[in-house]
Amino acid sequence: MPSPIRRIFDPHIHMTSRTTDDYAAMYDAGVRALVEPSFWLGQPRTSPASFYDYFDGLLGWEPFRAAQYGIAHHCTLALNPKEANDPRCLPVLDELPRYLLKDGVVAVGEIGYDSMTPAEDTALAAQLQLARTHELPALVHTPHRDKAAGLARTLDVLRESGLPPAFVVLDHLNETTVGPAADSGCWLGFSIYPDTKMDPDRMVRILRVHGTERVLVNSAADWGRSDPLKTAHVADAMLAAGFEEDDVDQVLWRNPVAFYGQSGRLRLDATGPETQLFEGNSILRGGE
Amino acid sequence: MLTPLASLRTGLELRLTADARAWLHLALSEASGAGEDGPGGGLPPWERHFVTAGRRCHATEQQPGPSPDPVDTVDAVDAARVLILHAAAPGADAVAALYRRGSAGERRAVLLALPHLDPPPATEAALGLVEDALRTNDTRLVAAALGPYAAAHLDAHQWRHGVLKCLFTGVPLAAVAGLEHRAAGDGELARMLEDYARERTAAGRAVPEDLEHALRLARFDEPPARPARRPHPQDRTEGSES
Repeated sequence: MPSPIRRIFDPHIHMTSRTTDDYAAMYDAGVRALVEPSFWLGQPRTSPASFYDYFDGLLGWEPFRAAQYGIAHHCTLALNPKEANDPRCLPVLDELPRYLLKDGVVAVGEIGYDSMTPAEDTALAAQLQLARTHELPALVHTPHRDKAAGLARTLDVLRESGLPPAFVVLDHLNETTVGPAADSGCWLGFSIYPDTKMDPDRMVRILRVHGTERVLVNSAADWGRSDPLKTAHVADAMLAAGFEEDDVDQVLWRNPVAFYGQSGRLRLDATGPETQLFEGNSILRGGE
Repeated sequence: MLTPLASLRTGLELRLTADARAWLHLALSEASGAGEDGPGGGLPPWERHFVTAGRRCHATEQQPGPSPDPVDTVDAVDAARVLILHAAAPGADAVAALYRRGSAGERRAVLLALPHLDPPPATEAALGLVEDALRTNDTRLVAAALGPYAAAHLDAHQWRHGVLKCLFTGVPLAAVAGLEHRAAGDGELARMLEDYARERTAAGRAVPEDLEHALRLARFDEPPARPARRPHPQDRTEGSES
């Protein structure tokens, strides 16, 4: 059982791909708020309209679903690096400004590199400027392949962009990339996965070396093999390793609140599911 | 006597912080001069206010976030958006675009504003928005869609399905504007309600209290002796799911 004071903010989770059972389990584990970044859905999109329906879902249906389980839902919007390589999807960049005004949007993201192509260079630089003009933080995905080189190139583009490091989280970091990422002054994001990226014990070792400042821990759970309770598992591993409850609260609540709070758009007053029973029912039934 | 919108504005101003009140005055003033593009050809200022109301329109009391109760008419953000939209008096195409490009909160505000817009929106276009909202499973949109505009304009078939959808999704029928008038003597609605009650009963589930109320109206039975207010969610039985 989580301790009564535990509250968790998952700063990166793709709830569109998860079930209502996940929402209920997350609530039971202490999750009270989350950020859902827009990303690739597994099946490549072929038109901008497909993105707009997805963005509308992140600003409509998904927050509605989350609220029924007592969880505050926010999102980050962007043209993701993988699909920035398909010219058919590029008009999304022209529509993003009006989407980035929306109340539930707390950052531009996920942006960054996938295969480090010229098209990705262009989309990353353009969207960092959108973050500046909308006074929003940026969620920057570091590539899964050729990660260290990808991080170095990312840091170059970030410096050129003029976006302050305090407005940037570099995500999917690991032991090999945490050093240069920390030196950049950006926030440090770690995705905890069942068998790729990071695991809870490795996360704890990094926290011991780098401390708890500017660290965000997420489950990045999506349609792949992933676990929306990994944030809670990190909390357990931290306590087992001798960290205090206050350290857990800093990493798993206060840090993401501080980072995304820079948007001025966080709403952390969602009520518990016990007061929303009748709405929950429309979901529990599985929809019409 | 105050018009509904004047009451809405008065009630809203009383609830706002000083900063939010100043924002509302600016937004309404800019909306009254609507039609001008924003700097650089972006959104006109009033539309920016409409979109960003959720983070500007702070009420003095602790707001419980988006109201979990679709019958809780309008929260402060809804009210501000309805007033801005009314002041801007956009054309039918602009209203439809606001809905189509809106977040769920913005869409709800467009639906709530439909009966107040001057000039009134083209009926076919406005009904298109109502019908879109009724296709969703977002109960706050469904409830807003079944307001006075739907009561006045929605055809019988869609209106009946709207009522049934409320029962399915747990939206209290108090959200359905003009229920007493439109349900009265509606034999087809009575049949649909009876079929639904039979289905619930066959499944061993409770029949929503609201269903009985609507059924009495549709059958021209005794005047209902029930409060318009829905029961508290926690009073509902486990079987009263949608």
